[in-house]
Amino acid sequence: MKIVVCIKQVPDTKGGVKFNPDGTLDRGAMLAIMNPDDKAGLEAALRLKDQYGAEVTVLTMGLPKATDVLREAIAMGADKGVLVTDRVLGGADTWATSTTIAGALRNLEYDLIITGRQAIDGDTAQVGPQIAEHLGLPVISYAQEISVDEAAKTVTVKRQYDDRYHMVEAKMPCLVTALAELNDPRYMTPGGIFDACAAEITTWGRADLKDVEDGNLGLAGSPTKIAKASDKVRKGAGEKVTPDSPEDAVSYIVGKLNEKHAI
Amino acid sequence: MNTPNTEAYKGVFVFAQQVDNQVSGIAYELLGKAKELAADLDTKEVTAVLIGSDVKNLVDDLAAYGADKVIVVDDPELKEYRTEPYAHALASVINEYKPEIVLVGATAIGRDLGPTVSARVATGLTADCTVLEIGDFPLVPIPGKESEQLHKQLLMTRPAFGGNTIATIACPYNRPQMATVRPGVMQKIDPVAGAKAEVIEYNPGFTPNNKYTTIKEVVKAVSDIKDIMDAKVLVSGGRGVGSAENFKILEDLAEALGGQVSCSRAVVDSGWKPKDLQVGQTGKTVRPQLYIACGISGAIQHVAGMEESDIIVAINKDEDAPIFDVADYGVVGDLNKIVPQLTAAIKAEKAKK
Repeated sequence: MKIVVCIKQVPDTKGGVKFNPDGTLDRGAMLAIMNPDDKAGLEAALRLKDQYGAEVTVLTMGLPKATDVLREAIAMGADKGVLVTDRVLGGADTWATSTTIAGALRNLEYDLIITGRQAIDGDTAQVGPQIAEHLGLPVISYAQEISVDEAAKTVTVKRQYDDRYHMVEAKMPCLVTALAELNDPRYMTPGGIFDACAAEITTWGRADLKDVEDGNLGLAGSPTKIAKASDKVRKGAGEKVTPDSPEDAVSYIVGKLNEKHAI
Repeated sequence: MNTPNTEAYKGVFVFAQQVDNQVSGIAYELLGKAKELAADLDTKEVTAVLIGSDVKNLVDDLAAYGADKVIVVDDPELKEYRTEPYAHALASVINEYKPEIVLVGATAIGRDLGPTVSARVATGLTADCTVLEIGDFPLVPIPGKESEQLHKQLLMTRPAFGGNTIATIACPYNRPQMATVRPGVMQKIDPVAGAKAEVIEYNPGFTPNNKYTTIKEVVKAVSDIKDIMDAKVLVSGGRGVGSAENFKILEDLAEALGGQVSCSRAVVDSGWKPKDLQVGQTGKTVRPQLYIACGISGAIQHVAGMEESDIIVAINKDEDAPIFDVADYGVVGDLNKIVPQLTAAIKAEKAKK
């Protein structure tokens, strides 16, 4: 079985958001990490590898420094890493990103593609399903569990919804998007780190993307355009009251919630 | 990849999500917003796209909440939500009726359907929008290129970077302009009793292919294992709650508000609640409409996980607790006395409505 896991290097917004004195986000001070949902997807792939002896390839699109997450993935147990990087790919929205990654995936053999549900910098959850659409594959998103029937060539996924889950079966090849809650990713091993340092990372540029048009790539190929972006002004303190009695406290809170249509 | 002849696309369409033959609240919220948007456009019409199996009985509900037209795609293949037949249904409707705007709820269904459909019809999609308005793109004309400024565009505002930045996005050269919208943000209209919509039945044909999945089992979860990240209301407890048993009063309040209980790290460390319910840097980042912090001091690590909540209420005995620095409404007092009375008051308020 051949599995490709798509991963992204993201600033660590959860593990310590840093701000400038004026309240804006200090991106330079934040660590770059493997996106948590992607890491869970990688762990799921590695567990399938432990079970069935799969070959696991990790693929990322980004700046050259994104090789760090590919090496981390190899140190965890992935077999190969592919970096897709090219100046013309910069500024891509989810359409252009998914077009690019689909163009890279067309060069690879796969039975199963796993992506994270969403990246913590963009939070869109769009790239996984859009890759599947470009490649004509079935997609199951929001996976909480993944199992494979190698003989039947099917994948069964516990798919989370708001108030229920579905056990969904798809024919391979297919694409699954993973939730961070799927598992606890393993640590890198000393041997893995050694392998990762020595591992050769395949690097592809625009010319290596298969069946994609220039007009669908990068900033120019992105249908969505940013009209305005701003670092959010952090909310300051609101009101604080010291009511004389619990009754006063309750009527204060209920009054405010009614005012805000929150009840 | 620009869409040719963007002017041919007219009207605002809403994906009217239904589950088990019940319209999801988000569909009504989107209809309310769609009416506002349509008022600022040339074609004032709002169309609901209703997809499912044996769902025609829901048409009047959609009319009551503002749909002028309802396009019904009704087919046995559409009984439970599955990506492919639903994406085929919505994409076919878009290709056939050419709407200017398509709104989809940012639900566990909509965040799967939206991207698949947008890729299929080759347009942009902006995720998890909190503000939608009609305006110009670019916002300010470029000097010397005033004639290139486009008017009556959908401007979609969304948080990004874990809520630390805000971006306004347009989709100027492609149609439809598509957005998923966070539940609970838009206001539904007061339903108009007896309202009727024009009903159009449309079936593009459903032939199972490799993309069709099979649902082996449907398990409806009980509410207490729902993800706190999806909750609209969180009643969150800290060390000040005092004991595992005393969380009962928070649970009662959460139930009265239709929400869930979450907690701070101190509570997990004390073994009062499981880690799944922990909010904060080492727990989950939540953005409910209402976050009621009870007995939580408000360490920076906790605040990082909840400060994006729409409304924050804090109840704490310590008037210097840092939680009051991020609370919209802070109450200095004893949660043991306030919370049970608040629960009773909320129930009374809800009974009135």
